[in-house]
Amino acid sequence: MALDQSFVGRIYPPTPPYEVGREKIREFAEAVGDTNPVYVDPEAAKALGHSDVIAPPTFVFSITFKAAGQVVQDPQLGLDYSRVVHGDQKFAYVRPVRAGDRLTVTSTIEGIKSLAGNDVLDIRGEVHDESGEHVVTAWTKLVARATEEA
Amino acid sequence: MTAKVAYESVEVGTELPAQSFPVSRATLVQYAGASGDFNPIHWNEKFAREVGLPDVIAHGMFTMAEAIRVVTDWVGDPGAVVEYGVRFTKPVVVPNDDKGALIEVSAKVAALLDDKQVRVDLTAMSEGKKVLGMSRAVVRLG
Repeated sequence: MALDQSFVGRIYPPTPPYEVGREKIREFAEAVGDTNPVYVDPEAAKALGHSDVIAPPTFVFSITFKAAGQVVQDPQLGLDYSRVVHGDQKFAYVRPVRAGDRLTVTSTIEGIKSLAGNDVLDIRGEVHDESGEHVVTAWTKLVARATEEA
Repeated sequence: MTAKVAYESVEVGTELPAQSFPVSRATLVQYAGASGDFNPIHWNEKFAREVGLPDVIAHGMFTMAEAIRVVTDWVGDPGAVVEYGVRFTKPVVVPNDDKGALIEVSAKVAALLDDKQVRVDLTAMSEGKKVLGMSRAVVRLG
């Protein structure tokens, strides 16, 4: 069943702050095999002008996707999550995420389309720090594949 | 931001050093834990086959994380990345054997922009298939 177009533009409440920890950044960098010292060594980060270790560029997805759960699981929207695949992902950075950040995410439904029976949902997540500074925007395109009988 | 590559030193067509990233089942379990994405299609082949996949597949976000390393290793400072986007076109299939899979990433400068920024277009392949489409980053050089 096609999703309700009237949800386009809907803005969900900001998430509670997620505190970015040095060890979580280290864990993520190790999981992707990235040995850049700027992710684990505060001195190396400072040498590049950062006040603490920074996170790899895609680290913030874990936070924005969790926030997008508000949209995905919105019973009024009625998305069938068991059929969802990740279509596109994009980030625009004002500055890198760094240890000590307390980040909130505000999710907005940017678009709803129906293509060949597939529901295509575009969600924008605006990430701000504790001072209200904009840090990064994440755009996530989710595609709910058509059911076979449709 | 302190990129070690000077804007003046590159032109359209400049190639970044290519890299290959091995992926095993152990890699995917480790990434699941670090990212919090425990979808069983990334570690349970019975489940993956039941939903129509050929085998366990890598997290798209894992592939996205690997591909940008070609850019961040080139510039030195990952904080120089201004934009990064991809389309997930084909899954990276990861068999349960000694080899796993390989993600091969190449990249080149596609456009010179204002404010010492350049657009880099990335190509990510696995088993001869393009696994990322429209894969591009904007990065601020020194």
